[in-house]
Amino acid sequence: MTHRSERVLDVRSLARVEGEGAMHVRVRDGAVADVRLDIYEPPRFFEALLRGRRHTEPPDITARICGICPVAYQMSACAAVEDACGVSVDPAVATLRRLLYCGEWIESHTLHIYLLHAPDFLGYAGALEMAQDRRDLVERGLSTKQAGNEIVELLGGRAIHPVNIRVGGFYRTPSRAELTALRERLRKALDQAVETVQWVAGFDFPDFHHDHEMLALSTPGRYAIESGDVATTGGLTFDVRRFEEHIIEEQVPHSTALHARIAGRGRYIVGPTARFTLNRQWLSPLAQEVASAAGLGADCRNPYRSIVVRAVETVYALDEAIRLIDRYEPPARPYAEVPPREAAGYGATEAPRGILFHRYGIGADGLITSARIVPPTSQNQAGIEDDLRRFVGGRLHLDDEHLTWQCEQAIRNYDPCISCSTHFLDLTVDRR
Amino acid sequence: MTTLAVWKFASCDGCQLSLLDCEDELLAVAGRVEIAHFLEATRAVEPGPYDVSLVEGSITTPEDAERIRHVREMSRVLVTLGACATAGGVQALRNFADIDEFRSVVYARPDYVSTLATSTPIAAHVDVDYELHGCPIDRRQLLDLITSLLLGRRPDLPGHSVCFECKRRGSVCVVVAHGTPCLGPVTRAGCGAICPAYQRGCFGCFGPAETPNAAAQAGLLRATGMAEDDVVRAYRTYNAADPTFIELSRVMAGPAPGAGPGGTGQEET
Repeated sequence: MTHRSERVLDVRSLARVEGEGAMHVRVRDGAVADVRLDIYEPPRFFEALLRGRRHTEPPDITARICGICPVAYQMSACAAVEDACGVSVDPAVATLRRLLYCGEWIESHTLHIYLLHAPDFLGYAGALEMAQDRRDLVERGLSTKQAGNEIVELLGGRAIHPVNIRVGGFYRTPSRAELTALRERLRKALDQAVETVQWVAGFDFPDFHHDHEMLALSTPGRYAIESGDVATTGGLTFDVRRFEEHIIEEQVPHSTALHARIAGRGRYIVGPTARFTLNRQWLSPLAQEVASAAGLGADCRNPYRSIVVRAVETVYALDEAIRLIDRYEPPARPYAEVPPREAAGYGATEAPRGILFHRYGIGADGLITSARIVPPTSQNQAGIEDDLRRFVGGRLHLDDEHLTWQCEQAIRNYDPCISCSTHFLDLTVDRR
Repeated sequence: MTTLAVWKFASCDGCQLSLLDCEDELLAVAGRVEIAHFLEATRAVEPGPYDVSLVEGSITTPEDAERIRHVREMSRVLVTLGACATAGGVQALRNFADIDEFRSVVYARPDYVSTLATSTPIAAHVDVDYELHGCPIDRRQLLDLITSLLLGRRPDLPGHSVCFECKRRGSVCVVVAHGTPCLGPVTRAGCGAICPAYQRGCFGCFGPAETPNAAAQAGLLRATGMAEDDVVRAYRTYNAADPTFIELSRVMAGPAPGAGPGGTGQEET
């Protein structure tokens, strides 16, 4: 099969990712000539349609960018609007936000581990096919996922596009008794999550490493989720308000996408492996213990092992949720008033797939004048393409079917959320 | 076995995720149907025709306008899922704006972006057999729909307002008790009246109920002190392109209900 001078691998519709993307790999004379992760998800123009809306609307409206991680959008939007208006929320409200976010991490990570990613390692087309042989495993995943959804449903009203989140806090906050009622359920899910780490740690991982700079929020004393400063493995740190000074998006000639890079430094990646590498010491003792038992060291530079890191973060999110519930005291008021003022506001939080940045300009009349959103998948796109390029180069002996599947898996390592990235990526439609 | 296909157009993936969010029922459903095309769940794809196609998202590109016709041809029953597919979604706010200006705001190279000037519902392009409303859809409604199609009975899809569900849930009316603006009286039931249970007014994500009382609703919103432009924004969000919501957004507030004879509140329609 090496007789051919040109070899093309095309996956026109990537499966088991959120949104619509395609992969294109071209090999010429035994060398990788071109690798593209194409985004053909239709644009929805959120930054444009937000203008002229009330300053209280971005949490609900931007949630609609992504049905998989709506809480991430709501939290980054709240942070940015509150920053613009100079309001900080009650510590008990901040606690509830972190708990809500733990729910989304549990739900989204478990969805990815069991339904989207594990089938690759075990040779199944999908989780439903896997369930025909290993129903017990898929049931365990669905049960853990449901525990995350139960947190989001209690605090948010529903699992997808929660209704109870507002700028300044919540419409209604739960009683202690309502939260405590979740505790048993979360305990059981925590046991399942520990089993999940042990399960995925036993998968067969290709020997593959990258040297991308890694970027995540970081807060001394706790594993950053809903707040923090930006930090990188290259030693750079900066305040979220300076995000746009440090992160540059550039257009590359062949590509349909804007690629993000760190000013003066280059390509970087975000997401679970970046968080783990930067913030491992702030995981709970249990999460650290299971991470070590799963063979994770101080950092994680094999993208295939991201599934193990996601499993460890799921353990952490459940552990942390239980801790937050145990020390919860309802706030005096469910929300702070957030009167508008003419200002710009910046917010960033750790979506399950990595840092999600929002910036809004607000006019004196309380209407949005400008909006900018930088989602995680677009930040990872250059890293994904680089992984593919190097990965394919080392596996040209595989036949097309196997190589294509392995490339798909390499993309799924990053849990790409194409629905998210699209609203700002450039794209051409090519649906051959 | 009944073959099921799931399709995505311009959307957030949330409505099809509702199927994977049926944690207790997913494997049972998967045992009763053959999932022939569902890219969010499996890379295995079976060729059509399909007995049932579930369609998420709105039509915003020329290519998608073509693709939905192809999906229709391959599908015995076509069901639209959610506000994007049934009413154009929040991205239909472009319908009220200049699309070239929108494009230049978001994209550095607007000429690369292939898009239509409007976001339109699936029914504007092909025949639709059933519509599930909501942003997102309610997963119990989705399960009921799939069950009904398997049993060969008509799905029970309510056309009445959220108020009925709110009363049944036992929630205190947020308008009466707190003067909170609420679109519940003109919004289609199906969500279970979540927002009022969280002390928030309904924001209409399920789109219009059948035969809404435009004048009474305008008066009700006016009585809560809501400004006219906020009323317009409220209707023009997740079901922005829905003709009934467009009409409701144009009904200027008359006197509050019970304020005696006077304007009908419909002078702008």
